[in-house]
Amino acid sequence: MVIRFAGDSGDGMQLTGDRFTAESAGLGNDLATLPNFPAEIRAPQGTLPGVSSFQLHFADHDVLTPGDAPDVLVAMNPAALKANLADVPRGASIIVDTDEFSKRNLAKVGYAASPLDDGSLDSWAVHQVPLTSLTIEALADFATLTRKDKERAKNMFALGLLSWMYSRPTTSTRAFLTSKFGAKPDILGANLAALDAGWNYGETTESFASAFEVGPAPMAAGTYRNVTGNTALAYGLVAGAHRARLRLVLGSYPITPASDILHTLSGLKRFGIMTMQAEDEIAGVGIALGASFGGALGVTSTSGPGLALKAETIGLAVSLELPLIIVDVQRGGPSTGLPTKTEQADLLQAMYGRNGEAPLPVVAPRSPADCFDSALEAVRIATTYRTPVVLLSDGYLANGSEPWRLPEIATLPDLSVEFAHERNGTDAKGAPVFHPYLRDPETLARPWAIPGTPGLEHRIGGIEKADITGAINYEPDNHERMTQLRQRKVDGIAATIPPLAADDPTGDADLLVLGWGSTYGPISAAARELRTQGRKVATAHLGHLNPLPPETGEVLRRYRRILIPEMNGGQLALLIRAAYLVDARSYARVRGLPFTTAELVEAMTAALDADPQEGR
Amino acid sequence: MAHPLHTADVLGGGSTDIGMPLRHGLDLIPRAQPDQAPATKKDFTSDQEVRWCPGCGDYIILNTVQSFLPELGLRKENIVFISGIGCSSRFPYYLDTFGMHSIHGRAPAIATGLATSRPDLSVWVITGDGDALSIGGNHLIHALRRNVNLTILLFNNRIYGLTKGQYSPTSEPGKITKSTPVGSVDMPFNPVSLALGAEATFVARSLDNDRAHLSEILRAAAAHRGTALVEIYQNCPIFNDGAFDAIKDRDQQEARLVHLTHGEPVRVGAEGSRQVLVRSTDGRLRFVAETERTESDGQIVVHDRHDPDPSQQFAISRIDDSRMTHVPMGIFRQVERPTYDDLVRGQLDAAVAAAGAPATDADLAALIAGKDTWTVA
Repeated sequence: MVIRFAGDSGDGMQLTGDRFTAESAGLGNDLATLPNFPAEIRAPQGTLPGVSSFQLHFADHDVLTPGDAPDVLVAMNPAALKANLADVPRGASIIVDTDEFSKRNLAKVGYAASPLDDGSLDSWAVHQVPLTSLTIEALADFATLTRKDKERAKNMFALGLLSWMYSRPTTSTRAFLTSKFGAKPDILGANLAALDAGWNYGETTESFASAFEVGPAPMAAGTYRNVTGNTALAYGLVAGAHRARLRLVLGSYPITPASDILHTLSGLKRFGIMTMQAEDEIAGVGIALGASFGGALGVTSTSGPGLALKAETIGLAVSLELPLIIVDVQRGGPSTGLPTKTEQADLLQAMYGRNGEAPLPVVAPRSPADCFDSALEAVRIATTYRTPVVLLSDGYLANGSEPWRLPEIATLPDLSVEFAHERNGTDAKGAPVFHPYLRDPETLARPWAIPGTPGLEHRIGGIEKADITGAINYEPDNHERMTQLRQRKVDGIAATIPPLAADDPTGDADLLVLGWGSTYGPISAAARELRTQGRKVATAHLGHLNPLPPETGEVLRRYRRILIPEMNGGQLALLIRAAYLVDARSYARVRGLPFTTAELVEAMTAALDADPQEGR
Repeated sequence: MAHPLHTADVLGGGSTDIGMPLRHGLDLIPRAQPDQAPATKKDFTSDQEVRWCPGCGDYIILNTVQSFLPELGLRKENIVFISGIGCSSRFPYYLDTFGMHSIHGRAPAIATGLATSRPDLSVWVITGDGDALSIGGNHLIHALRRNVNLTILLFNNRIYGLTKGQYSPTSEPGKITKSTPVGSVDMPFNPVSLALGAEATFVARSLDNDRAHLSEILRAAAAHRGTALVEIYQNCPIFNDGAFDAIKDRDQQEARLVHLTHGEPVRVGAEGSRQVLVRSTDGRLRFVAETERTESDGQIVVHDRHDPDPSQQFAISRIDDSRMTHVPMGIFRQVERPTYDDLVRGQLDAAVAAAGAPATDADLAALIAGKDTWTVA
């Protein structure tokens, strides 16, 4: 079941969606969500650019995507109807707030006549509900509240109605409202009354045939919560630092859609988390790198434009060979692009966006809950290999949510780190000295020798260093050796990554669909659908983009047709073709929205039906 | 020598007293053991060959710093020098402490991350006029306004040396350089005025070849808790030779150098021809001959480096001009204000103290679980 709440950006649609999600999660449904909101904080009221929506997909089986098309659209005004109607399949339900369908509001979005009266909605099951006036009526007893205050509770009326329709208990929403408005008894009372009124309206009117029930989905045993990608990612960093026994220091500059990571970590001082809001993106990563030099786990969080600004400092971190985590929550680009929409177009920037040969590991989560595990993995790589790591999330993962089975903290990997504490070499006269670039033979990591350690005083910098001693060195052979060592160190991480495995139920699929990052859900859902049609499709998913997992080439070469869907211009396809000389085809879209299952089914079908030799 | 002041005393009535006493610049940093032989200049000299041009002012500054560091009585592993890019930024390589030669303009940001997360380190930033005021101008002013416990030594030679002779943001208007063949049209920064405008808590100026004066300024800067900015006029013998000759020349020096002394009138010139700074009735500062001064010339300006209001300190920084007629030297401003790093750590420590103990696995499990969980059997 897919429900989309849509209204003006001031109507509280994100909150309504969040609460409905929490109620559904509490029932044990599996779910996935997709918030979609404008970059403007309050775009002009009632206009198309001001429409904000929240889509929720919940079911009694495992859910892979937020759903293609809503089964129910709640439209709080004509703009919300107009902006969303094209996504609603004929036959689906639409609930509209008739009070908002005034001449003026209709005119604002270019409706000459009301679509509620002109027959244009005849193919949908339209429920006309005067939400605003019903809410005001229900709150008649709240004498101290203005009409405007009362109107603002209409989102709770809508939530009450939908909760009745889908048999969601409102207990968690009541608790939430009480904690949010406890200090303002009038507002709290009004919201609770509107919630009840919406529920009762559903129960007593005959316009809604009956309530639906969606039972719990079969899930692995454990304790669950619903979590967004940004929250899971922040917690993953906290858990990683905890397991590494390092202080987490975040240097960050606010940027959509990454700011929630800064907000979450700023509230965790009790966990020893130090956050500094810097004067700019460059200072954010500089602060993180300075902290890493001092023996902390330095982290910076940003989005694409910020990653561009941080490039030089990240290059310095590559040269200094210090741990550093750069979180890039990707959004639509180039330039300011689409700040609140999702995209995967920073892959090549993460891989190559620095001067010189500056390789670094890149990790990408596949789902909101996986942001936790990917953050832990980034911490493992950064601290073990003394290297900056880019963690590539995106706007869809950041704000989308899904149920998360909570891990046992004690069973998380032990990431403890040992700082260098004694000299590791001798000089020409045989006296003990410290060599800051004498590497661990297995990982090729250099010692992490932090200030305050007697006898290990040393200088490092961005100038090329002599192998082993770290002294300034401009010799041609040394530069080539150091360049190769930095590359080999990153390549060597592959030995600690699980090999790529294809999900190929019949073992003889005609097509391999390779994905990375947040496309995991829609690719898996589309493959599942094609398999029910009897098509043979294999999928494989990359969580590590650099280095690529072992056996990637072997898996790719097993299939005659390879399709790579990406929310960019075909960046992974470019990398894969270059690395393995395979004929991987790209399905590249940049609409600012995650793939729908339907469009991937279509793209995969076309790939299956194509002659694999064609176009060679 | 911890100061008894509390944050509320300096932040004013509206602020929250977090009960943190203001500290000496070197508080929280471990000292050398009393039984150890006192460190010498040699202990702070690295094995790297110094590669500045012959005659560069940087040599004298390096010598002065190497000679001065032992007197701090710190363990050298607790001292860190961080630099940006430029001739002066090679400085850390020549000191046997921890050091980082970072990237152009960013040293204050990197040092902020280090100093805030490591209260047990004495953190120094080495920068130049291009590094600090051009490409890194933003980080400099923000370090100054935050008041991070750092000492920033800004070597000002009024030229780009490492890139071979372009004008810098402190070059005088009309300067002919490789990139300004018919003269620079840029208005220069006065680094001291800029720092005062950014509400720096410690601002001073010295000269590369005056070792005694520079040592005295370094001493005060190291003792200061907060960001100390020390501008050091430094000669570049290759691309801007003689830039400071007017104030280094023994015959002219006395008439041009204005040595600022706290609590004293601001004077310049030799006995007999001495001038004193007065504030005219129109509010402007100007020098008048001390012996001919009358009441109508206005009030004598007495330097107050501890004045929380930086107006007069700023006005004194403006008596200079590009001809270096009157060049104030010494400490312009030295006031106490809670430091950013102490406050950041204070909030963190308070949160841990309120919880009773550092976070355990159970605390972390409770955090990630949040308030709405459900169990699947």
